[in-house]
Amino acid sequence: MEYFAQQVINGLQLGFVYALIALGYTMVYGIVRLINFAHGDVFMIGAFIGFYTIERYHLPLALVFLSAVAGCTVLAVLIEQLAYRPLRHAPKIASLITAIGVSLFLEYFTSLRQVFGPNFYSFPRPFPVVIWEVGGILVTNIQAVILVVTVLCLLFLQFIVFRTKMGRGMRAVSYDYVTAGLMGVNVNRVISFTFGLGAALAGVGGVLYGIAYPQVNTFMGFMPGLKAFTAAVLGGIGNIPGAVLGALIMGQSETMVSAYLSSTYRDGIAFVILILVLLWKPTGILGAPRAEKV
Amino acid sequence: MRRGLSLLALVVLLVGHFPGCKSPPAKEIRIGLITPLSGDVKTFGESVKNAFEVAVEEANAKGGVAGMKIATFLVDDRNDPTEASNAANLLINQHGVKAIVGSVTSKTTIPVSDLAQSLRIPTITGTATNPKVTVADGKRKDYMFRACYTDSFQGTVMAKFARGTLNATAAAVLYDASNDYSKGIAEVFRDAFVRMGGRVTAYESYGKDDVDFSALLTKVKAAKPDVLFLPDYYNKVGLIAKQAKETGFQGALIGPDGWDSPELVKVAGDAIEGGYFSNHYSPEDTRPEVGNWVKKYKEKFQQTPDALGTLAYDATNMLLEAIRKANSADPGKIRDALASLSGFEGVTGKFTMDEHGDPIKSAVIIQIKDGKQKFLQVVNP
Repeated sequence: MEYFAQQVINGLQLGFVYALIALGYTMVYGIVRLINFAHGDVFMIGAFIGFYTIERYHLPLALVFLSAVAGCTVLAVLIEQLAYRPLRHAPKIASLITAIGVSLFLEYFTSLRQVFGPNFYSFPRPFPVVIWEVGGILVTNIQAVILVVTVLCLLFLQFIVFRTKMGRGMRAVSYDYVTAGLMGVNVNRVISFTFGLGAALAGVGGVLYGIAYPQVNTFMGFMPGLKAFTAAVLGGIGNIPGAVLGALIMGQSETMVSAYLSSTYRDGIAFVILILVLLWKPTGILGAPRAEKV
Repeated sequence: MRRGLSLLALVVLLVGHFPGCKSPPAKEIRIGLITPLSGDVKTFGESVKNAFEVAVEEANAKGGVAGMKIATFLVDDRNDPTEASNAANLLINQHGVKAIVGSVTSKTTIPVSDLAQSLRIPTITGTATNPKVTVADGKRKDYMFRACYTDSFQGTVMAKFARGTLNATAAAVLYDASNDYSKGIAEVFRDAFVRMGGRVTAYESYGKDDVDFSALLTKVKAAKPDVLFLPDYYNKVGLIAKQAKETGFQGALIGPDGWDSPELVKVAGDAIEGGYFSNHYSPEDTRPEVGNWVKKYKEKFQQTPDALGTLAYDATNMLLEAIRKANSADPGKIRDALASLSGFEGVTGKFTMDEHGDPIKSAVIIQIKDGKQKFLQVVNP
């Protein structure tokens, strides 16, 4: 029982980090119907900003998060304006291929020696690790930080989407962007904002990931990006609570497979779950079927 | 588009018409080095490059080998098997090298060895310990050699050490299923440990890109092993060690030569303190060859040579010795001379090639104490 509870905690830690990345995929998809493959690499940039601000400038943790958020937001808005906006009315496949191009560009450009360099860097822990024992279960302060920061981010996101004018714009554009434009919503601004918001969460995720698994390199965004994307599809892409749910399921299934079966099946089982869910409900667990617009 | 095509055709034609660049001028022998200068094991690659250069400089200062100056060509393989294969291709077909030193890890050296074998270029690796480097499907790749002992020896040494010296009865093993080196040593260790009367209570694998080991380590902890064997390179081992400590694992951490990097302590911090690993040499060894080498290296690079660099130095010198003996730049003759090398005095010991192109030599056990490597004991084959 203790063993099970301990594994649940391990799974939660992984799931929460996936959730922060999955949200970016799902929001961008919800609004522009684009699978932004560069998102995992924006997450990587966030981790690197965290690495530099801690290692070089020894900033306090709050400022580290803020720098990562600011850096990723600016980067994502730039990517949107330079790479995706000119293709807004082109066939969807063009944007998708561009997204893959942007992803490869970010990975290889940052691995140049003049940028971050091609090596693995050990991510300094911004605070000493403390382990608490609660009823035979070990919990670290790293897990506590991940939990608190992720929940704060989710509350903040909920506030923006449902309580602000920009959030209403986002919902309107996601429902029908042509009509939203006709109703006076500045569609371009809303889209830029959405990219920025998703990237901000990825930036936070990058720093948390660096703290939890203390090593960064320029290709680190690929696997978590893929897993988070899967989580978003699992939960119902375009649906915000769905992304969180999907990410938590991914985190738990990966952990439980390692815990009770064999870690060899770990990645496989996560994708098997995805396939089963999509067979049973093609829109994902919480995704609503979308009527084809004429 | 049409312009692009014709340009491409032109390039193909031009490249095809320069056979001249393949044949080096007389009185020069071209040797290639393949080593990872970036990526996850770059400290290995840098040590190997330094050592290779020292060996070549020494030989050139004495007027070269067999009356020929040595010209070197260096390629970075980023510790990626595909890159390593490309690197070997580039060296052999573009630069026209007569022999290759490299690569560093087993997973990159195996593709290099296949290519070198098919193109008949004698190749010697200082450090790739997997058996498949010199043998494929039970068949000896007769152009491939190495200066280090193999994984089967290394896995057995650590099992013996865990059973005998540490008195461990239960062991756990975590290995990278996608890495020949890691998988190979894990299997040998498990079999040897069980044969010596121990129990392996957890035997788990992970993927190359995994960074979250909490589930596996919780499982390992529940299996209550006395030792946790981590056959992987320093970056991964560092991450695992750190997380092992955070899951409250108390047993000893042990591993193979992949741990040998100053980066290990940087990544793992005090989580790796007290760990043991098998290595090819220790700078604290008192033999004069070791003392000379350490002094020479320190003067040039302001740091103590690690085992990887030292093995690369031995490998390069073995190759140069073979060229000297063959007294020719012919790859076939160099190969024959390498195969018949015996009683070669290297820094990592005096050794003779066996029929598989593997040397017969001893290992040392090193402990990490106060963040530094401390020489513990020598283990003979």
